[in-house]
Amino acid sequence: MTAVRMTMFQMRYVNKAFWRNPASAFFTFAFPLMFLVIFTALLGHGEIQVGGRVIHQSTYYVAEMAAFAVITACYNNIAIGMTFQRDSGVLKRVNGTPLPSAVYLMARVLHALLVSLLLVAITVAFGHIFYSADVPTGMTLWRFLVMLVVGSTAFCALGFAITTVIPNADAAAPIVNATILPLLFLSGVFIPIGDNAPAWITWTGNVFPVKHFADGMQAGFLGNAFAWSGVLVVAAWGVVGLAIALRFFSWEPRR
Amino acid sequence: MVATTSAGSAVLAERLVKSYGDLQAVAGVDLRVERGEVFALLGPNGAGKTTTLEILEGYRRADQGSVRVLGLDPSSQRSALKPRIGIVLQATGVDNYLTVAESIEMYSGYYPHPRPVDEVIELVGLAAKRNARVVTLSGGQQRRLDVAIALAGDPELLFLDEPTTGFDPSARHEAWEVVRSLSALGKTVLLTTHYMDEAQNLADRVAVMAGGRIVAEGTPSTLGGREALRATIRFRLPAGVAPPEGLGEARRSDGQVDVVPDDLVETLHRLTAWALETGVPLEGLEVQRPTLEDVYLSLVGDAEPGPEHTAPGDGSAT
Repeated sequence: MTAVRMTMFQMRYVNKAFWRNPASAFFTFAFPLMFLVIFTALLGHGEIQVGGRVIHQSTYYVAEMAAFAVITACYNNIAIGMTFQRDSGVLKRVNGTPLPSAVYLMARVLHALLVSLLLVAITVAFGHIFYSADVPTGMTLWRFLVMLVVGSTAFCALGFAITTVIPNADAAAPIVNATILPLLFLSGVFIPIGDNAPAWITWTGNVFPVKHFADGMQAGFLGNAFAWSGVLVVAAWGVVGLAIALRFFSWEPRR
Repeated sequence: MVATTSAGSAVLAERLVKSYGDLQAVAGVDLRVERGEVFALLGPNGAGKTTTLEILEGYRRADQGSVRVLGLDPSSQRSALKPRIGIVLQATGVDNYLTVAESIEMYSGYYPHPRPVDEVIELVGLAAKRNARVVTLSGGQQRRLDVAIALAGDPELLFLDEPTTGFDPSARHEAWEVVRSLSALGKTVLLTTHYMDEAQNLADRVAVMAGGRIVAEGTPSTLGGREALRATIRFRLPAGVAPPEGLGEARRSDGQVDVVPDDLVETLHRLTAWALETGVPLEGLEVQRPTLEDVYLSLVGDAEPGPEHTAPGDGSAT
């Protein structure tokens, strides 16, 4: 079997297991939509200025929740899922079979990518129907897809990277949340960050990949200026994550 | 057994050494497992069995020594070795949300010449659970699934690391049946266990491991020179009565006498003749042979010393 066919073969089982795990499927799919409804209900009645344009706040949340959905599907799911598989000995078992490691990991990444696409499509449709959000088309769509693919892959890589500091499965969810939740807030995913925000918040948003990724998603939905530099920052984080994962990823429980 | 000498041994390890920090987990192990053989590595927890196995499986690299598994070096030729071996780890998991059949199908897909999935399921006795999700299986059934997955690629050699630890007696006997059917298929099996009876029931040959070394090796019946181990004659004497002279090494406590004779028949004859002549009753007269358990315990040295190591105590006969 070629590597591509092996990856497809493996992905079928990743997919089966994903949909049969009620917790992972529910949180991955229901959370972003739930947050979208809650945030727009609470905060979505006004208008905000993004990139020099005034837009309806509900539209803003469609873009931000699409970004949030992708981050959950990639970073959180990979980090927590791989830690569980590592601790329960699944990874060690796979490591004793002829399946190339890269194929096994690639199947996870591709699956997360497909789930991300599906999530974004659902969020966009939901936003379009209920909040009259724009649907990206033409060049905007292509740029949007570039950011989506680069972002998903980068957050997958970071998910693999963070497993290297997670000591055991019990610690997986707390560590993942502790690393991502503050960033989601500081990057304006949950609450828009205005121009008069403290400098350290702006600074933090600019250093880490979440804001750049969310901005890229926004550009797709809102037709703002698309920053290729943002794609580069996200990609750079992905490369760093990959390097850490390649160097320190463990196939055996860390005891 | 069609163990062709030209094909070489399934496993050949020489002077293996592996340390973790200050702890020498494996301290110079030599091991030879022939093709088609069921070989048991027997020893208490912490004896170095798992480390030895994991070196052979390619998970660990030995600090010193040479290893050949199916003629290959497990650390430098691991990818060539992987398709030919099956591994049941001591603690291992499967995706809980897949069914038995799906799990085996998935692992079969990794191998160049897999064994048909339903044949594997039948072999480990999980046919009734074919479409059950892994999460619903009992511990014994999950272990059988582990074996099924290890068999999926139709390997020549199977490593089973403590296949029955934590099982109830009936689950253990079921697992033994599975191992016997593997050897009936002509597979080479190398298993570890800390159960004496497991080694005795399953293995063609046994090596006893303790403190990172192999302290004895042989068939279950000859292990540790068991044939050569001498029997003990045991009886009670009334207070004040000394046993006859010429019985050889004897030990006395509380009226009970243990004699370990060089020649059992001759000594027994001498003893009973003396009892008949003098009219002394030999209460509770019996002849004891060391069980395999005694041999094992004396070898690993974590229990009372066996009869052959007994220091001469008080009341030794002249």
